[in-house]
Amino acid sequence: MSEHGLPADVSRRQMLVRSAAIAAMVGPGSALAAGCAAGSGSSPKNNNSGSSTGAASSDPKNPFGVKASDPLDVYIFKGGYGDDYAKAFESMYSQKFSGSQVGHHSGQNLTGDLQPRFNAGSPPDVIDDSGAQQLKLDVLNNSGQLTNLDQLLKAPSIDDPSKTVKDTLLAGTVEMGLLGQSMFSLNYAFTVFGLWYSSALFQKNNWQIPKTWDDFMTLCATIKASGMAPFAHQGKYPYYMMVPLMDMVAKNGGPDAQTAIDNLEPNAWKSDAVKNSVEALYMLVDKGYMLPGTEGLTHIQSQTLWNQNKAAVIPCGSWLENEQLKATPADFGMAVFAMPSLNGDKMPQTAIRAGAGEPFIVPSKAKNKAGGLEFLRIMCSKAGGASFAQNANSLSVVKDSITPDIEAKLKPGTKSSNDLYQAANGQIISWYYLNWYSQMEKDLEDAMGQLMANKIKPADFITRAQAAADKCASDSSVQKFKRPTT
Amino acid sequence: MRLRKKTRERLFIASFLAGPLAVYLVFVIWPYIETFGYSLTEWSGVAPPSRVVGLKNYADLFHDSIFLKALGHNMIILIVFPTVTIVLAMFFAFMLNVGGRRGGLGGVKGIRGSAFFRIVFFFPQVLSVAIIVILFQAAYESNSVGLFNAVVIKLGLTDANHPWEFLNSPTFVLWCIMFILIWQWVGFYLVLFSAAMQQIPRDYYEAALLDGAGRTQTYFKVTMPLLWDSVQTAWVYLAVAAMDAFALVATLTPGSSFGGGPDEHGEVLATYLMRNFQVLGKAGYACAMGVVIFFITLILSLVVMRATRRERLEY
Repeated sequence: MSEHGLPADVSRRQMLVRSAAIAAMVGPGSALAAGCAAGSGSSPKNNNSGSSTGAASSDPKNPFGVKASDPLDVYIFKGGYGDDYAKAFESMYSQKFSGSQVGHHSGQNLTGDLQPRFNAGSPPDVIDDSGAQQLKLDVLNNSGQLTNLDQLLKAPSIDDPSKTVKDTLLAGTVEMGLLGQSMFSLNYAFTVFGLWYSSALFQKNNWQIPKTWDDFMTLCATIKASGMAPFAHQGKYPYYMMVPLMDMVAKNGGPDAQTAIDNLEPNAWKSDAVKNSVEALYMLVDKGYMLPGTEGLTHIQSQTLWNQNKAAVIPCGSWLENEQLKATPADFGMAVFAMPSLNGDKMPQTAIRAGAGEPFIVPSKAKNKAGGLEFLRIMCSKAGGASFAQNANSLSVVKDSITPDIEAKLKPGTKSSNDLYQAANGQIISWYYLNWYSQMEKDLEDAMGQLMANKIKPADFITRAQAAADKCASDSSVQKFKRPTT
Repeated sequence: MRLRKKTRERLFIASFLAGPLAVYLVFVIWPYIETFGYSLTEWSGVAPPSRVVGLKNYADLFHDSIFLKALGHNMIILIVFPTVTIVLAMFFAFMLNVGGRRGGLGGVKGIRGSAFFRIVFFFPQVLSVAIIVILFQAAYESNSVGLFNAVVIKLGLTDANHPWEFLNSPTFVLWCIMFILIWQWVGFYLVLFSAAMQQIPRDYYEAALLDGAGRTQTYFKVTMPLLWDSVQTAWVYLAVAAMDAFALVATLTPGSSFGGGPDEHGEVLATYLMRNFQVLGKAGYACAMGVVIFFITLILSLVVMRATRRERLEY
């Protein structure tokens, strides 16, 4: 089994899929979680104090008491964002603490590289824990391997010591990293989800961006009549189609439907919101609006066909632009719109799923925990955010770090997703179940794949989804969480 | 003190074996033992095991419907893949070595261009799994531009708006994977069987021909029985490969985290093991699966060796 033979693309897609915005919303309940891989009492607890953390000083320049003599060990997931941005952070760190040694490691096989180090109790000091081989945050936390990052949030900001680090982060960032009441991962890259299209193509045909699902169906009929497939999706990974579905459920059902589903309440999936949404989405299949065969295509295959105008619309997160950089024609005009609304929606049409991805963690057994925390604090500075935008070609969660000259360099898709985020005006959709309950998400994806392949009908999908939730609810080996009430 | 000759001889042999044996012990035997140990614990995979649960993981396995489904799929592969591979490899090897019309040494030779075919058939063996995956991803592509779909559409079996799903079809996904496995391995066993056939003395064939045996008779009465050792080897290796199939299933079949789709119709033991080990935080449970796979493979090898044991003919 040593030969994975994974093409780089596959692992890169999964890194984005698993880590991007939706990811990292690992559940509350770390207090419950300590030593709770499945209810055992003897596993190592959190707060296994490292060598240099207790020495927190009140110096705003060095709140964690970093000693320049302690080497810093950094591990970066080398995916769509590369690792140049991390090298920039590292040189900022070593400039600040002259004489400090920073060890840089990067790769895609996080489990292979890091699982043994966690087991042996000698993990790196900072990890960008992302990608297909990501070490699951709930699993790490259940085993007491994560440092509580609340001390980072409370620390003074580098740019303005009168503010805390928390004040400098975009709304929603902290929530993304919560396990219970505390933040255990800093999700650093900012991602926006929606339906993507070519503005050049839409302009040429005088197609309008649909606001309601009915408008969208009319548009699809027009597009199909013009000889183009209206819709493509990354069918090999049904995860992608779960995003538009659950966006529709959130908008149609509002907080009640979301709470019921995230909290595994009985019959949560039998609500009207779910029924309306599944039936609406299934119309794409039923009316033949899908690109023929898209249900079996990889993300790269389907997205490339979309770039070639074989299909008009595709669902994705804002990593899409970077992922398709080479396949996108110069005059494509990549842009994104929010999921159209159904009748009786409880959230505005402009509401979107957006948020922080790419979780950074400091292991609780790291030798230089103070250095790890300081590294994250440097990332949260304006200089850090600007550096990320330039080196990783993506927005970060640091407020006001995009200066006008950087904004001018944004690519059309990134700019469009930024506009979409502004238009949402704080109406952000978030789902927790998919990182709390990996097995349930897997079961849902299996059913979604079958629905999109027209092997099952909406009613079957709902039955299977409810069964998956019930199975999860009754599985005593799975730790349960409650959706935060806001 | 002088050691006895026999003792010295043994020491001499042992000194050569010690190195490889140590490597084998450390990197093969010890991990097996450790896996067995971990399989008795509750272990998340990212911290030392939390507690010992005895045989609970094993008991759970036999109530796990996905595990049983995956096991069933491995059994199908185990029956189909080695059988078809060996039959095809034997047939091709026979054609390449003694299938020619007439002439040649003692009236026996391969079909025309056999040297060329031998190389062509061996090609898939030279390719790395990563390349095979990319090749077949394009070949099985589920829309009209996929290689196989282009062919079936040209043949008029379907149209561009209804391309075949191949890897995304619950019915055919396993067969698509087996096709690749067979394609990949036939060449290797063809060469193996060819080498074995060339060791069969030509005068056996000559004698058979003189006695009026046809090609089919020669094949079944002379070639097959004399190849038995190679076939036995092939069975064992192919059975082991059939219990694995990890790389192809994990990369080609639909679904996040090691594929296995659509809807678990492509799941095999190895992919289910990896998902539990790396994604679901059930490393101890995954170790129990590993131990079960180990014993199944071991028993299979023993059964094959036993069942195919024949008297050896010296020539």
